[in-house]
Amino acid sequence: MSTEKTAADTPVETAEQGPGAASGTAPSLAKEARPARDGEPLLEVDNLGKHFPVTAGLLRRQVAAVKAVDGVSFSVRKGETLGLVGESGCGKSTTGRMIMRLLDPSFGKITFEGEDITKMSQGRLRPLRRDLQMIFQDPYSSLNPRKTVGAIVGAPFRLQNIEAKQGVKKAVQEILELVGLNPEHYNRYPHEFSGGQRQRIGIARTLALKPKLIVADEPVSALDVSVQAQVVNLLEDLQDELDLTYVVIAHDLSVVRHISDRVAVMYLGKIVELADRADLYERPMHPYTNALLSAVPIPDPSERGDRQRIRLQGDVPSPLDPPPACRFHTRCWKAQDICKQVEPPLVELSPGHQAACHFPENTTVSATDEVARAAVAPAAGAAPAEESAPEA
Amino acid sequence: MARKRQAELVNDTGETAAGRGAPTAFLEVRDLKIHFPTDDGLVKSVDGLSFKLERGSTLGIVGESGSGKSVTSLGILGLHNRGNANVSGEIWLDGTELVGASQNEVRRLRGRKMSMIFQDPLSSMHPFYTVGKQIIEAYRVHNDVSKQVARKHAIDMLGRVGIPKPDQRVDDYPHQFSGGMRQRAMIAMALSCDPELLIADEPTTALDVTVQAQILDLIRDLQQEFNSAIIMITHDLGVVAELSDDILVMYAGRCAEYASVEDAFHRPLHPYTWGLLGSMPRLDRERSERLMPIKGTPPSLINVPEGCAFNPRCAYCDLTGGKSTTERPELLEVEPGHKAACHLSLEKRREIWDSEIRPKL
Repeated sequence: MSTEKTAADTPVETAEQGPGAASGTAPSLAKEARPARDGEPLLEVDNLGKHFPVTAGLLRRQVAAVKAVDGVSFSVRKGETLGLVGESGCGKSTTGRMIMRLLDPSFGKITFEGEDITKMSQGRLRPLRRDLQMIFQDPYSSLNPRKTVGAIVGAPFRLQNIEAKQGVKKAVQEILELVGLNPEHYNRYPHEFSGGQRQRIGIARTLALKPKLIVADEPVSALDVSVQAQVVNLLEDLQDELDLTYVVIAHDLSVVRHISDRVAVMYLGKIVELADRADLYERPMHPYTNALLSAVPIPDPSERGDRQRIRLQGDVPSPLDPPPACRFHTRCWKAQDICKQVEPPLVELSPGHQAACHFPENTTVSATDEVARAAVAPAAGAAPAEESAPEA
Repeated sequence: MARKRQAELVNDTGETAAGRGAPTAFLEVRDLKIHFPTDDGLVKSVDGLSFKLERGSTLGIVGESGSGKSVTSLGILGLHNRGNANVSGEIWLDGTELVGASQNEVRRLRGRKMSMIFQDPLSSMHPFYTVGKQIIEAYRVHNDVSKQVARKHAIDMLGRVGIPKPDQRVDDYPHQFSGGMRQRAMIAMALSCDPELLIADEPTTALDVTVQAQILDLIRDLQQEFNSAIIMITHDLGVVAELSDDILVMYAGRCAEYASVEDAFHRPLHPYTWGLLGSMPRLDRERSERLMPIKGTPPSLINVPEGCAFNPRCAYCDLTGGKSTTERPELLEVEPGHKAACHLSLEKRREIWDSEIRPKL
C-alpha cells in the first residue's frame, strides 16, 4: 500500500526536484528539495462550509444556524505550510476539523491527493487516515492518561494493522528519538512528562505512520515561550526531514509568520486574505489583517508610542447572525455603503495575493470588485511605469 | 570591579538588616518567601523576592509557568491559605506591613487599597449573580452607601471601562458578556474602589489580539486617571514592553534580572532573559530562519538545581568555572537600577550580548 503511494508520487517529485532529490535519506538534500512547494496541490478545499443547527422546542426544530465556516476555498501544495489565523470563533479550528473529516461539512468539497473525501464513509476514510493526521492544542487532554507512551505512539500501527519491519516497539522508539524524546520513555505515562514533552509525544503519535498532511491546531499555544520555540523548531526540522505538508491553525501572528509559507486570515467564517508570508506581513491588503497586525504588542520598548495603531472597536459579531455583505464592515474604518450591500469576493489583487475587500490597501487596485477583477492584469503593468517615472 | 560589587553586596544585605521599619516606597516587598509543604517535599514557589514600586508606575513580572509570578501576586493580596502556605518576609504597602497583619486588616485593604484583575474572567466571576451585583457588593463592602448609590457607581464604572449601554448591561450575567467585555467588567470591579495598587495577573492571555490591545489601552488610560501602581504579571514580553516601566524576570521563584524596560530589552544581562528574547518569533524583525529556544524545561520547584537555578539550561554556565553549579548567584546591582543574578563577569556578559545574542534577535 505504501509502496504504491510513493511510487505514484515519485514521478512528480523527480520531475521538479531533479534526480538528486529522489533519495529522501539525506536531510541536506531534502532541504534543497523545498522548491517542491510550487508543485501540485495536496489538498484542495472548495467553498467549504459548516453550519451548526440551533434547535428549539419540543420537536427540536432548527430555528437558526451558527455559520462557523461559510464558504472557504484554498489549496495546500505539497511540502508547504499554510497558516490559518484569526480570532477565536472565526472558524479556523472548524475548518481544520473538517479537513480531517472529524466534522462533516455542510457544503463544499475537500479533495485530498485528487480524491474527493467530502462524503467518503468512515470505512473508506480509514486507510486515508495514515496520510492525514492532526496535532492537537492541549497536550494534557489529548493523551490518554492510562496508557504508556509506547501504547499511545504505537496505537496508529495497531489501528491500521501495520507490521513495522523490526517490530512496533523499535519503530516507536525511533519516532520518539526523532521528536527529541528518550527511547527509554517507552514505558512511562503521560503525567510523568512536562507540557513540552507531552506535545512531543503527540507529535510522535502523529508522525508514527509517516503522514503526508498534518493539520496542527494551535500546536504551541499551550506551551511556555522557551518550550514553544523548541516545538516550532522541531516542526520545521521534521518538515525538512520527512517532506511533510502542514496546515497550521494558530491565533499567534508571530508564530504563524515564523512557521508558514502562505497565510490565510479568517474572519467570521470567511477567508478575507490569503497570501505568501512575506507579502501578507509586509503589504497586508485587507483592513482586518492590518488591524490584527497592528494590535500585536511589539517586544521593543523604544517603539512604544511610535507605531501607528489601528484599534478595532467592539467585539466580533455573532456567527449566528453575521453582518450582511462584507462581514467586517461593522468594525471597519474604511467601510462605505457598498460594503453593506455587496459582498467582496476573494480575488487575486497581485500575483499570489488574494483579498476580499472593496477598498484594499497596499495596492494600486481599488474601488469595486468588478474593477478589481479587471484590473489585476493592468495593475501589474502599471506598477513598473510608476516606478520609472521618477527616474525619467 | 570585584571589590565594588562586594561593597554593594554588603550594602544590600546591610540595608535589609538595618532597614526594618516603614520604607519610603509605596509598595516594598522584602525577601518574600512563600513555601508550600506537600507530601512530595517543600515547594519553594517564591524564594527570596524583593522589589519596590512607586505610585503611577508599572512593574512587569515575567517568567514561565511555575516561576512564582502568580504566587507572588496572591501573596501580596494575602490570598494564600495560611494553613498550607508558609509566607515569610515583609510586604509594605503604603506604610502597612501585610505579612504579619491579621486577616481582617488585610481584608480591609483588599479591594480598596489593592485589588487584582485575574486571568480568566469567566471563572473569576460568579455565574449566579449579575455583573452589576458583583460590582455593587465589592463597592458596598468598603463604602457605607445605599444600594442605589452603589448601583449608580457600578453603571458608572462599567461605562468607564467601555461597555456599551452600561445601564442595561449591569443586569446581565457574566455568560452574556463576551470574553473581552467580561475582562472589562472584571477591571471595573477591580477599580470600583479606586485602588492604589492594581495587580493584573495575565489580564490579556485569554483574549484575542485585537481585544488585548483594547484592554492594554484601557489599563494605561486608567492608570493615568487614578495614578495607581500596577504590577503586570505576564509571560508575553510584548505586553510588558508596551506597558511597563520596570521589569522583573523571575526564574524558579527568584529574581533573575531586574531592570528598566529599556535595559531589559536592549541591554539584558542575564542568560535567561537572552533566552526568552531569542525564543520569541518577532513581527518587528526580519524573519529569522530558526528560533533560539532555551534547552530543557523549567525546573521543579521541589528540587531546584544546586547553585544557579538556571544552570542546567544555560548555554554559558561552563564559562563560570563550575561556580554556577555550586554557588547561588546573588542579585547584584551591576548598573544603576539594573540588577542581575549571574556568576559571569559583567564584561563577559556584555560581550556575549553584543556579539552573540543581539545580532541574532
